[in-house]
Amino acid sequence: MASTVSDSNKTEKNVIVLEGATVRLAGDSGDGMQLAGTQLTSTSALLGNDVATFPDFPAEIRAPRGTLAGVSGYQVHFSSQDIFTPGDRLNALVAMNPAALKTNIQDLEVGGILIVDNDSFDAKSYKLAGYESNPLDNTVLESYKLFRVPMTMLTRESVKGLGLSQKEADRCRNFLAMGLLYWLYGRNLDATLRYIESKFGGKPDVAEANRRALNAGWNYGETTDAFVSSYRVEAARLKPGKYTNIVGNQALAWGLIAAARLSGKELFLGSYPITPASDILHELSKYKNFGVKTFQAEDEIAAICSSIGASYGGAMAITTSSGPGIALKGEAMGLAMMLELPLLIINVQRGGPSTGLPTKTEQADLLQALYGRNGESPLPIVAARSPGDCFDVALEAWRISTRFMVPVIILSDGYIANGAEPWLIPDANALPKIEIKHPGPQSLNGEPFRPYQRDEKLARPWAIPGTEGLMHRVGGLEKQDITGNVSYDADNHEHMVGVRAQKVANIATEIAPLEVNGPASGDLLVVSWGGTYGACTTAVERCQERGLSVAHVHLRWLNPFPANLEQILRSYKQVLVPELNLGQLRMVLRAKFLVNAIGLNKVKGKPFVIAEIVKKINEMLESSK
Amino acid sequence: MTTKELPVLTANDFASDQDIRWCPGCGDYSILAQMKKMMPSLGIPRENIVFISGIGCSSRFPYYMNTYGIHGIHGRAPAIATGLKIARPDLQVWVITGDGDALSIGGNHFVHAIRRNPDLKIVMFNNRIYGLTKGQYSPTSPVGKVTKSSPMGAIDSPLNPLSVAIGCEATFVARAIDVNIKHLTEVLKRAGEHKGTAFVEVYQNCNVFNDGAFDYATSRETKTETIIELEHGKPLIFGKNRDKGIRLIGTHPEIVSLGNGIKEDDLLFHDERAAEPTLAYLLSRMRYPDFPEPIGVLRAVERPRYEVEVTRQITEARGKRGEGDLNKMFNSGESWTVT
Repeated sequence: MASTVSDSNKTEKNVIVLEGATVRLAGDSGDGMQLAGTQLTSTSALLGNDVATFPDFPAEIRAPRGTLAGVSGYQVHFSSQDIFTPGDRLNALVAMNPAALKTNIQDLEVGGILIVDNDSFDAKSYKLAGYESNPLDNTVLESYKLFRVPMTMLTRESVKGLGLSQKEADRCRNFLAMGLLYWLYGRNLDATLRYIESKFGGKPDVAEANRRALNAGWNYGETTDAFVSSYRVEAARLKPGKYTNIVGNQALAWGLIAAARLSGKELFLGSYPITPASDILHELSKYKNFGVKTFQAEDEIAAICSSIGASYGGAMAITTSSGPGIALKGEAMGLAMMLELPLLIINVQRGGPSTGLPTKTEQADLLQALYGRNGESPLPIVAARSPGDCFDVALEAWRISTRFMVPVIILSDGYIANGAEPWLIPDANALPKIEIKHPGPQSLNGEPFRPYQRDEKLARPWAIPGTEGLMHRVGGLEKQDITGNVSYDADNHEHMVGVRAQKVANIATEIAPLEVNGPASGDLLVVSWGGTYGACTTAVERCQERGLSVAHVHLRWLNPFPANLEQILRSYKQVLVPELNLGQLRMVLRAKFLVNAIGLNKVKGKPFVIAEIVKKINEMLESSK
Repeated sequence: MTTKELPVLTANDFASDQDIRWCPGCGDYSILAQMKKMMPSLGIPRENIVFISGIGCSSRFPYYMNTYGIHGIHGRAPAIATGLKIARPDLQVWVITGDGDALSIGGNHFVHAIRRNPDLKIVMFNNRIYGLTKGQYSPTSPVGKVTKSSPMGAIDSPLNPLSVAIGCEATFVARAIDVNIKHLTEVLKRAGEHKGTAFVEVYQNCNVFNDGAFDYATSRETKTETIIELEHGKPLIFGKNRDKGIRLIGTHPEIVSLGNGIKEDDLLFHDERAAEPTLAYLLSRMRYPDFPEPIGVLRAVERPRYEVEVTRQITEARGKRGEGDLNKMFNSGESWTVT
């Protein structure tokens, strides 16, 4: 083995302790930046840091090499504190080529660390990125700590003798960059070495090359005079317990599998591949030994329709998609609502409209979820707030869906779906069971079964085929209350529309009341939902530290709203609703509560940075003085 | 599965309590009657049978059967049925659809259901018109068909449903006629017994918007000349006096008269079990008025069923990795402990 790093990666140089650091790796989409980012994330998590990540990549699998369009980035925020966002400004940026420098430099803090692959800044490359001359020679970069590292040369040198082609050798550059970052921030190489072994174990040459590149990066930091000091970020004081690093889509898939187990159901997923939801399909497909049945349908409509069929058959049925796919599913969502069957409809939101920005985040499908169907067809909506929260949301959504016999929409987004955070591993045996009842065989003495006879919550019975005596037909035509027979009666229709709406409204009695973070009344309330939770929480806490009278409430349920929302809204002089859309929740709050909610809106395909929200809070408080 | 002795059921046991609302004289009545009559012969308890439909006149069918059922949305019945069959392989699942439902708005699901071959029985009522929306041309209406939406005649070429199904490698393909009740019952029974996706096209008269579309195939005077009933292993013979047959010249069928040196052995012999769909496809191309149209089973072969394969993979995964364990899954990644 060629690993020559001294015992447990100890440095001889000056060490500075930091509270946390935000680092971004940026390069071509073929440079392995996503891999490098995830390795830095899990390594930091294993060190005990709290982590939050923001992968940012283009929709094209391989855009032309060296172009601005092809830049892929992965941002990691690791900290000794409890953190909620991937960080506003970068403390360090690794740019593998001129295009990566150009598209990312604006996010680097003044005085921040800028590490570039000096070898990739030839005239052809910087011109391709739109620079007239080599940007590394430009005085503009003087406000950063620039390190011109010959990464390509170092990588090639390190793998010499392994018989790799130059192309293969250059593919190890991301490991060299990782090694250097690991040295810079005092990260241990072990986890990544284990990863290399498990990933490339079958190709010993490649495994050895990556190991050497990783070590060469670390050694470069340690030996070269350019780096005079390195940094340390201590372990965070998280709640005691066993943690693993989890990605949003994975947490959602695990939550769904857990919900199936806890309710004694077989999981059926009908899905059609779509960014950024496909990883849920991939993840669930791995767990066939849990009895999970995944069906890759011919289109989005078949995906949800197959789920409706499975639900009628008594399975835990799920369909996953993103905005464009949800648009196609609209009619079938209405059918599921009319059939009053349990079903989870998952929308991992992305930038819209139409095809929009497939790999970027946005939360502009709220109104689609609320109103995107014909007729009066309210559906319950629950939104995840962070990667780990996806797990809990899956459990809660399934509990409500089966208790009320209604499809539930789960909203996630690209930021949550691909982001990672430490997750306190639960004990499966301690998770609460989800009770589901099916009526048993009956001899009804010639009386037909009544599929729309409701219980006190207005839920109808979930009678499944195979049950003797309960043969019944359901359909999308309006049905008579109780019997479920087709009915065109005017009064019955109005009654049924009301009953279906009331049933959804009744869910408010089953969900937790909102908890306010901050004073129970005061100058300003920040209302958030979904993936903006972290940025809003941190922004409000910073304002509170400055003594401002600001509180925060985060909505998990968007329909129905928790019962105490109105009273909370009325307890503050001003209400701010930050959203990654043009003001969708704000519009609903204004319509429903006649409250003068103010929006902070952003549709750049990127999450909020904390400073943006703090600035808006300051402005609102200033202007009301 | 139930092991107790099954009660002897009759057609009436399969009738629901709902009033039937098709137009008087509609061909759908006959198909419903034959289905109810045939059902007891399959020996399946009613609670294990599900009828799923889309939208259209034919799609009201499930309401009239005393089984489980879903009246779905336009064109999507095969998708709903596929999901149900995957989740519940123990159920017998029927799809009731029409020419517009299956081949126009639902064309994609129709094609993919057939290629996956789950154990579904798809019965398509073909009346060559949109009935429920009051008379527009359908994907099986002939060129030139004058309707409300084609006052100068339809200009799109029709689909041949049997050819489409065979093109998708359907494992069971058959045709029947609404008023040919004994034959229809037999074909439905064959579909019910098939393992895999069975597709049955039923010529169905819409006496309000397309009356007489199949007169050539049903009238006493012409039907012996315009219809040819397929029987496995038998030569293709038709005609009032059973004196005509179909002979193959290369890959082209031709009508010949028996006698004058032409014997039965010279004719095309039907082989519904042929591994290649070529013969079945050739038969599906025989159209009135150039040829008598074949009714009966064109193709009946076996290949892996989708839901069986799904179950097989689950069994295999459990065999290899053991029954799923949540705690094992939660702890499958790298972890660290905070004290």
